Amino acid sequence: MSSDSKQTETWDIVITPAKATKVDIGLIWRYRELAWMFFKRDFSTFYKQTVLGPIWYIVQPLMTALTYYVVFGKIANLSTDNLPPFVFYMSGTIMWNYFSACLVNNSETFSKNATLFGKVYFPRLVVPVAVALSGIVAFLIQFCLLLTVALILWLGGAAINWNFYFVFLTPFLLIYVAILGVGAGLIVSALTVRYRDLAYVVGFMAQLWMYATPIVYPFSQIPEKYQWIYYLNPMTTPIQSFRWALLSSPPLPWSLVVTNTLIALGLMLCGVLFFARAEANAMDTV
Amino acid sequence: MQDIVIRAEHVSKLYKLGVINHGTLYRDLQSWWARLRNLPDPNQSVSDIARRSDGAARLTGDIFRALDDVSFEVKHGDIVGIVGHNGAGKSTLLKLMSRITMPTSGFIGIKGRIASLLEVGTGFHPELTGRENVYLNGAILGMSRSEVTSKFEEIVEFAEIGDFIDTPVKRYSSGMYVRLAFSVAAHLEPEILLVDEVLAVGDVNFQNKCMGRMQDVTRAGRTIIFVSHNMTAVGSLCPQSILLADGKVAMSGETADVIKAYLDRPGSGGKSRYEIDPSEVDGKAVITKVSVFDNAEVIQDAVELTEPFSIEVEYELREPLSGLSVGLQIMLEDGYTTVVSLSDPELEATRLGTREAGLYRARVRVPACLLNTGTYYLRIGISSRFSIYSVVEGVRFDVEDNVGIIQMLGQQRKPSISAIQLPWDVQKLHMRNKDGVLK
Repeated sequence: MSSDSKQTETWDIVITPAKATKVDIGLIWRYRELAWMFFKRDFSTFYKQTVLGPIWYIVQPLMTALTYYVVFGKIANLSTDNLPPFVFYMSGTIMWNYFSACLVNNSETFSKNATLFGKVYFPRLVVPVAVALSGIVAFLIQFCLLLTVALILWLGGAAINWNFYFVFLTPFLLIYVAILGVGAGLIVSALTVRYRDLAYVVGFMAQLWMYATPIVYPFSQIPEKYQWIYYLNPMTTPIQSFRWALLSSPPLPWSLVVTNTLIALGLMLCGVLFFARAEANAMDTV
Repeated sequence: MQDIVIRAEHVSKLYKLGVINHGTLYRDLQSWWARLRNLPDPNQSVSDIARRSDGAARLTGDIFRALDDVSFEVKHGDIVGIVGHNGAGKSTLLKLMSRITMPTSGFIGIKGRIASLLEVGTGFHPELTGRENVYLNGAILGMSRSEVTSKFEEIVEFAEIGDFIDTPVKRYSSGMYVRLAFSVAAHLEPEILLVDEVLAVGDVNFQNKCMGRMQDVTRAGRTIIFVSHNMTAVGSLCPQSILLADGKVAMSGETADVIKAYLDRPGSGGKSRYEIDPSEVDGKAVITKVSVFDNAEVIQDAVELTEPFSIEVEYELREPLSGLSVGLQIMLEDGYTTVVSLSDPELEATRLGTREAGLYRARVRVPACLLNTGTYYLRIGISSRFSIYSVVEGVRFDVEDNVGIIQMLGQQRKPSISAIQLPWDVQKLHMRNKDGVLK
């Protein structure tokens, strides 16, 4: 047996030790049907298992918006950029929901899929991709709900200054949020391989992050000396831009959008690299 | 010359034992804080200090060599069996080849599309219907949607599921579930197929059907690597085999020779008793003791042909388990199974119920002359629908004919597996007279 067969022979698959698995976008593309199947599985099992089923998608943002309306609108009396408060809260909530689904549902990728990952090989990144796809469905349902609510309020005489940019902008915002949410989720999932208890912290951290994002209050209310926080919080852009593109709330400064986008892309890159490292030896530790 | 489709060179896989980290950030910080104050680590486990002495050859410090410098080649169209005792490194090797974990050193090259079958029904979701699960499972195993669609009829037919294909699989019987799961896997068409133990589930008829299917697959020119405890299956499927022992390739060659070497290996083979300290073994169910008793209730290495004898198995269940089969196989030296017997009759519904945790003793009485003279090996296993909890094999006993009943009759015993005395009925019907006429 020649020891230099690595060089002289051509192999379709070469298995050698490595610190991290190679991130192969082409390979993930070849497994796109699997991502689609996971997406269908998650969607139809959610539909079959919960009592309220898809109604939950509708009830949840309505209840959340109502709570915010009472607590932050009526009691705390926070500004809503002169938008109808209910629409203001709901637009923030559904965009945030999508982000939080990408983050939280991906945070335990390895431990939740341990039995599957332990038995079959496929590029593990397929799972987070499927999670991001499932979230889009919920978003679209809630988006239709938001449009309906806004339309009803508008017909009832509420002051809504429609802006039709959302038709073009929403898909890009969704891609942005998916990149950010999956990126952050991947970082957490790589950490939960080592530290399981971090998974419990994620929900709480997401909650804190939400209050650091202009959801229950508008960006325009932020005093200038605190605005740097929003430059560092990449969720500011999708939430505010979504409101701008739909309801003509004041747009964000370009510098903030650019900084946010760079941070989001950076998180995604870190997430993928962390994930690849975790993937290489996750099955020996989980 | 046939092409080499798999080549493994000096493959090793090391696992670090003991404390890498405690799995939670809280505990890691706790240990760190204790070390800082020069206190004993509150999370250090006692077993780290008192480690088992056997297997020391594979342990260097905290490093355990699951695979140690393994090299082999597989040619196109070969069916290779991989055998070895529990912990010999079979599963690790399979996991490396399926790219589930990475080797610590070495190189494995593979040519062609590879699929691994380490479990049937991977990713099956109970809420989904049979049809949805076929597509999902197919995708997980690497089949494209159109590939599944084109074989869908065949898969359903092979699984004998019929009209239930649109029923959620949570309503399936265990047999239906396994049949459907295997059927998807059986219709995979990779160039190389890695199979682990999956034939150990399902009823006998279906197992035979699966074996037939695997033989068809190899006739179609595909390469199979088959890892199994089932010597009969390895013997009848694989012309070539590799024996792993202590993480090394102990032997490779003709299957019959390899099986013989496997069963003869010292360690767990060649003894008429098997007993372990249950605290040394992890698992939900552990076989702790196996012994062979003669008719006088004495533990023996050899029993009499003309007397009944008993086989006793003691096992511990550490948690309530349902759908258990605890049973044994009596095998010949070449791995051929002569008798399979379950401690709970297959037809009894209570077998599927949940059995409480605790220590159990199961005893079976083997009638006289059931087995002919010779050497036999026992394989005892605890399994349920989808998993094998504990397997003990290589316990050996001889059946001897000390009474010499056969020699007394001046005849040689015919080479049959069983010497059982069947109840013949012999009657005299007629007699010929001296003219040769029947009267």
